[in-house]
Amino acid sequence: MSQKTEENNEKKTREDNSRRDFLKLGVFAAGLTVAGAGLQKAFSEEKETGEKVKVLTTEGKVVEVDTAHIKKAEVCCVSPKESREGIPNKKWVMVIDLSRCKHALKCQHSCQKYHHLSGMNVWLKVFKMQESENTAPYWMPKPCMHCDRPPCVKVCPVSATYKRSDGIVLVDNERCVGCRFCMAACPYSTRSFNWEEPELLSETTGETYSPERGFPQKRGTVEKCDFCPDLLRQGKLPHCVAACPNGVFYMGDMTEDTVTNGDETLRFSQLMKDKSGYRLNDILGTHPSVYYLPPVNRLFPFKEPVAENSDKEKKAE
Amino acid sequence: MKNETTAVDSVLMNKYEAMHDELLRPIQKTGLAGKIWIGFLFCVFFAGVFAFYTQETKSKYETISLNNYTMWGIYISNFVFFVALSLVGALMSAVLKLTNFEWYRPLSRIAEVIAVAAIMFAGVGIIVAMGHPERLYFLLTHGRLQSPIIWDIVVIITYFVATSLFLFIPLIPGISQLSNHLKDKPKWQMWMYKKLSLSWRGTPEQWKIVKRCITILAILIIPLGISIHTVTAWLFASTLRAEWNSTNFGAYFIAGAFLLGVAAVIVGTFFFRKYYRFEKYLTDSYFDKMGKMLVFLSGVYFYFNINEYLVPAFKMDSMHSQYLLDEFTGKDAILFWLVFLFGIFVPAILPLFKSMLKPWPLTVIAILVVIAAWFKRYIIVIPGLSHPYLPIQNVPHSWTHYVPSLIECMVVAGIFAAALLFITLFSKFFPIISVWEVAEGDGVSLEKINLLSKKA
Repeated sequence: MSQKTEENNEKKTREDNSRRDFLKLGVFAAGLTVAGAGLQKAFSEEKETGEKVKVLTTEGKVVEVDTAHIKKAEVCCVSPKESREGIPNKKWVMVIDLSRCKHALKCQHSCQKYHHLSGMNVWLKVFKMQESENTAPYWMPKPCMHCDRPPCVKVCPVSATYKRSDGIVLVDNERCVGCRFCMAACPYSTRSFNWEEPELLSETTGETYSPERGFPQKRGTVEKCDFCPDLLRQGKLPHCVAACPNGVFYMGDMTEDTVTNGDETLRFSQLMKDKSGYRLNDILGTHPSVYYLPPVNRLFPFKEPVAENSDKEKKAE
Repeated sequence: MKNETTAVDSVLMNKYEAMHDELLRPIQKTGLAGKIWIGFLFCVFFAGVFAFYTQETKSKYETISLNNYTMWGIYISNFVFFVALSLVGALMSAVLKLTNFEWYRPLSRIAEVIAVAAIMFAGVGIIVAMGHPERLYFLLTHGRLQSPIIWDIVVIITYFVATSLFLFIPLIPGISQLSNHLKDKPKWQMWMYKKLSLSWRGTPEQWKIVKRCITILAILIIPLGISIHTVTAWLFASTLRAEWNSTNFGAYFIAGAFLLGVAAVIVGTFFFRKYYRFEKYLTDSYFDKMGKMLVFLSGVYFYFNINEYLVPAFKMDSMHSQYLLDEFTGKDAILFWLVFLFGIFVPAILPLFKSMLKPWPLTVIAILVVIAAWFKRYIIVIPGLSHPYLPIQNVPHSWTHYVPSLIECMVVAGIFAAALLFITLFSKFFPIISVWEVAEGDGVSLEKINLLSKKA
């Protein structure tokens, strides 16, 4: 269902005006369970309010239903205090296989969408890397490294950003004072700041905030890639991992020595050994939780994007 | 007692009585120029408040030029400038006092008031840069001692208290004089003097306490002053950014701060001397001495700059190279070399000529040093942020370079105006030269100093 919605979504986003309305609709469709049977059941039980809302059915049809019949899907939400504890007995690790990346940017789009990032802040960047003139260029997706010795956590004056037992580094925007020292300290340029009042999508405004999801965002606070702990808690893969069409991202648990990209599940240690895994700027002593596999025997030849980012840049200007 | 007074003593006494009366003049009456100056500062200050309000209520993409790469701008570089400026209190009064350079005496209060104003508004400078100023108290309720910001807050508050006391305690004997001598002043002002004089009567016991306090504070203020600026340098040096990754940083900042401090005192002394007509007390000889100090401190600062730039430039490792080349010959080069020229070479060379040690030329040099010092902090903070390890890609063009916005400039101007206003108003309520310290330096006994204050 969600895949179909996404396709529809992409078609419609081109019409700028309807973009926001449609996004709302899309999230409604994705997040609210309004399958036919469910609807019928709901109709018989609930009292109508007279207010109508458009929703998308699994067949891709837009139907109008009464607000009384809409039930919000169960979303896991952990309080800021609970989110300081990691998920027990886990040590999350990500592997990014650079030989598979062709700059499809599905990871980034999915991340932006599901974290409701409406401004210019991008959590997952994809860089064009070229070490020197005579070396080959390659694409490098870069989430937060979730360092085991995080420089950002070291400098935070109020514990707004913290390291958990499962290896994840999170930001609590109810604590953040907005000094941006963590941004200065991060050698991976991972963190973004909410320079303006975030354009909150209506579904997120009423939501209780949880550092595990990062929304609703708050002006004057820092945010960054969070490894999607809300999904990990439910045993699901992070959005970028699930969205990648080429299986670039593997997510896994160090204690189980297993990583998966959704298609194949591999031994982490064996993968590192076979494909000469490394960590980004390991020389800085940050001990990242993200490992890279070098861009050798590539699936795709390196190609510059054809105005792929023009939409975003236009918006940013 | 009169019989014991020698001829020399009575000459001195006359001198101090005259000085004492003259020092009251700016407190007694504010001229038109003074009123315009104060009015102007108030206007700039309120413009700054308005700019801050605009910044907080509108999108910061529109009001300020900061972005996710250059996340610290002129608010932070200006903060570093003010912290540097506040070190002057430690240098001019404490260091010179403890090393028996007697000429510090008439300048100490000017230095102290600059120091208090600077450290106070350095703090304000940090608050305007915060994303959530209203959460400032989190630093107390959730503070993490491991964070250099907490160290900075702790030393800044301690230094602020210590410098304020260092300004206030030598003032106590002077305040009791004010309440006896000022005429036609509003009741609240006289009441304030009475309260602030802490029932000072000039008993030997009270003098002993005052002097002991001053000595203790003078000793305390030196390590505190060095701490505040070292820790401020660590805010940068404790990150992994190549440009700031320097063990030289603390000493380098301190050396720059001392140079800036002397330049600021030269400027302050010049204007107080000119507008309050204190030429008799703030004589040319003080400019001569401060000019020589400028040369010496420029030399020290030059040494630390060489350490900071020449060694990495010799190695030119890939982490530093882009940043260094940008500064030496690239897009930041003009500013970089102008700062070097006016911030180091001019104060190191020009005062070597005798004609440059006169008040006018030296003040021009000092103003250049102060301006260069402000831009020096800019050069340390901003280009340090625009050369991250990973490339800056797919961002709006405006994110790749930083030019402060009008709002940012207005807020910084407002902070400057507030600090100058504090200094000006202070000089309108309290004598800007400490008479008793000057008299004491000339060997006048405390009993005679007491007589000065009692004479109505």
